[in-house]
Amino acid sequence: MNDLTPEKTERSKLAKWSRRGFIGAGVLAGGGLLIGIGVRPGNPIGELAPKVAGGAGEQLVNSWVKIDTNNIVTAIVPHCEMGQGAHSVLAQMLADELDAAWEDVRVMQAPADGSYVVSAAARLFAAPFTLNAADWIKPTWDGVFTQISRAADVLITGGSSSIRSTGQYQMRVAGAAARKMLVGAAAESWGVPADEITTRNSTLTHEASGNSAPYSEFASAAAEQPMDQTPQLKTADQYRLMGRSIARTDIPAKINGTAEFGIDAQPDGLDLSYAAVVRPPVPGTRALSMDATRAQEMGGVLQILNMGNFVAVVADSYWQAQQAIGMISIEWSQSDSPVKTMDDQFAIFAAALDEAGEDGGEEAASRGDAATALAEAATTIDAEYRAPYLAHAPMEPLNCTAHVADGKCQIWTSTQVPLMARSEVASTIGLAADDVIIHHPYLGGAFGRRLGSEYVAMAARVAQATGYPVKLIWSREEDTQKALYRCADLCRMRAGFSQDGVLTAYSSIFTQRHDPAEASVPAMYDIANTKVRVAEAALHLPFQAWRSVDHSQQGFFVESFIDEIAHAAGADPLDYRLAMLANAPRHKAVLERVAEISGWREPAADGTAKGVAIVESFGTIVAEVIEVDMSSGSPKMTNIWAVCDAGYVMNPDGFKNQIEGGIVFGLTAAMYGELELRDGAIIQSNFHDYKMLRMEDVPDIEVAIIDSGDVPIGGAGEPGLPPAAPALANAIFAASGTRIRDLPIAKQFA
Amino acid sequence: MADFILNGEPVSIDADPNMPILWVVREKLGLSGTKFGCGIAQCGACTVHLDGQPVRSCSTAVSQAEGREVTTIEGVGGPEGELTRVQQAWVSEQVPQCGYCQSGQIMSATALLRDNPNPTDDDIDAAMSGNICRCGTYTRIRRAIKVAAGQVEPREQRENVGEA
Repeated sequence: MNDLTPEKTERSKLAKWSRRGFIGAGVLAGGGLLIGIGVRPGNPIGELAPKVAGGAGEQLVNSWVKIDTNNIVTAIVPHCEMGQGAHSVLAQMLADELDAAWEDVRVMQAPADGSYVVSAAARLFAAPFTLNAADWIKPTWDGVFTQISRAADVLITGGSSSIRSTGQYQMRVAGAAARKMLVGAAAESWGVPADEITTRNSTLTHEASGNSAPYSEFASAAAEQPMDQTPQLKTADQYRLMGRSIARTDIPAKINGTAEFGIDAQPDGLDLSYAAVVRPPVPGTRALSMDATRAQEMGGVLQILNMGNFVAVVADSYWQAQQAIGMISIEWSQSDSPVKTMDDQFAIFAAALDEAGEDGGEEAASRGDAATALAEAATTIDAEYRAPYLAHAPMEPLNCTAHVADGKCQIWTSTQVPLMARSEVASTIGLAADDVIIHHPYLGGAFGRRLGSEYVAMAARVAQATGYPVKLIWSREEDTQKALYRCADLCRMRAGFSQDGVLTAYSSIFTQRHDPAEASVPAMYDIANTKVRVAEAALHLPFQAWRSVDHSQQGFFVESFIDEIAHAAGADPLDYRLAMLANAPRHKAVLERVAEISGWREPAADGTAKGVAIVESFGTIVAEVIEVDMSSGSPKMTNIWAVCDAGYVMNPDGFKNQIEGGIVFGLTAAMYGELELRDGAIIQSNFHDYKMLRMEDVPDIEVAIIDSGDVPIGGAGEPGLPPAAPALANAIFAASGTRIRDLPIAKQFA
Repeated sequence: MADFILNGEPVSIDADPNMPILWVVREKLGLSGTKFGCGIAQCGACTVHLDGQPVRSCSTAVSQAEGREVTTIEGVGGPEGELTRVQQAWVSEQVPQCGYCQSGQIMSATALLRDNPNPTDDDIDAAMSGNICRCGTYTRIRRAIKVAAGQVEPREQRENVGEA
């Protein structure tokens, strides 16, 4: 045995593994320099072309871009479009690197196929350091994470990640690589050096020889060119499309009724039946028996099914199914949950915190010695904060159209996780994942709700059981009462001050920790001694990430308590924060700017006052100032200002729209959001009692952007939300002296 | 049997007279621009015009449309799909996010501006209060209504992104 044998064995094993990796990664993966093997960079045209470029005259240049004979460039975007504008801005990023003419750029939703896993998003959350690795190792990381992402069905839209991960590390690279391939093909054909060819407006030009051609002319030849795994990307001064408020490509269809959402599925050749469902009122219970005699006789009813964890009526129309399901009496099994009311749930949280005491629980973050500092403090303040359960309540009710026939299942649904939905359907109805085909058009909102796929699996079960192609729709009541939820929580906070009033210690303890890990930690502030702990306690309602996840409650806890600390110190709450941000210059700049645009230091109008909060989440720093008018005795918001530092912003108007939306989402929860329990079941059922902010509730919102240049790009969809509730609560305190430590707010002034 | 005018065309449809217009239009007539949101006239996603007046089609039986004119989002523009001033303003202000509620928002705004070409903020509040936007685009909807009313200039001409 020579020395190379073990290495060879290792190589061949890894070679196989890697090859699979970059077949999935398409142009983005390959190389394998770490493992010392050179494998042909994966250009999966053969595998993918029939799925995404079946049209006449279309040539797939790499996995993410195709060019047709009319010189139309299509960006194939892996993320779903749920209102965040990802389709448009990801195409914008790819088109810029490709030097494509924007008016000839189209956007296509990538199919639910393992080739389109968003491996850069996986890296952003699992191993962010790999994203800025040296060029020579990048292809290896691409391969590694592509493989991981494929195995885990990571075709996800969430985490405010589309632009900063997929956009930066996949779409731009794909665009730049495709451009280089087109240039290479033209250089060979014209017999000129590639570096003398310029590209602009989807046209290749070689000035010296007078050659010029549209991209379409070289699209086929380009596909045969080697793909650069790490092409040179543009610097900001070279951007032509990035950084501009280009109008969104999905909007024209959203103003004339032609945009297709999951619920609009009307597959050709299928005569759909419609299913209404009712799920157990208390989580974890089941339908023991039912009396469907009356429902059976109602018009249009085709079948009534007791599926155990839900009952379904299948009818000729959804309205008939819905009418009939209300006539079924169902006996549900008993829940063994000790939680019957929210008081029970908060008692469980309190017991966990009591048991943790002064030192127990798990340490989430620590700086200095908070226990000693608190023991030695001249004065301390304590506060207990609460957050309620919340529903996501996307406007498009949960729905799925399914057809099971000939050993295959076709699915049409709005989902944030098409590949996970595919796996869930496959395992639920006993098919191979490859035999489940997911079609996923626009989402009518999601906010985290459509990261779960139980409604997809339900439709597949009903379609399988009946043999009908079925469109299954949850009523708003089912969505409000029997879904997945933002957790409730209880948080105890303590601050210690020295004799001369300096904040010396900060501590908090709570029971719910999901994501992101840093959400509960006020790391930006210079506080000498900090301790953050979690003492886990069980939830009665099933959890699902809700826009900004843990930041949604922790933003309220932390920034409200910081405000309490500032007032306890007798300081202006904005100045007090500024003084603690000496080591966080970007945060400081954001806060200073919001003071400026909100007129923080100017006298307030009669009856009004302002509150401020600042939270960094998903890579973006956002400070908000909210002005309330308390002259009627209850809070009326009169102005909102937000300043954001997301590094470089790819589409400023789209970014602002997301921040505005995040603010309204956060304030809706702050003002009205609450789910209460009776006998373990949710009381609120629809928009009359699970209230939303409406037109008259929302004042002007001014959003300003700070471009802090060469730093990692932050997200847009979630970061506007976390500061909203505390800024409002802090404004109410400033105006009225009433400290809000429990949400929602409106009922406290009713 | 229900007979009514849908977007200018007479239709005759075999449906339970109690079936809401929403489901007749979506499932029986195949026009999916009108959306189901709550089923109890609380969110406005299903707003259509009945003889020009905005109604919540999820809670309006098709029998009430008998012999009358129903206009949905598909029929609000010109015969060749020309955009109305309201729709144009929705584009210029880049209003929609997910877009699911926007058919209903546009139907409510269209009715408002036809009856009241120069609405105040209070008028806008009153006319649009029945339409929920979960994405939170209210400030843009308000501005778009003002643009359509000619009270506010459209957002400055967007950058010429097609430059060479």
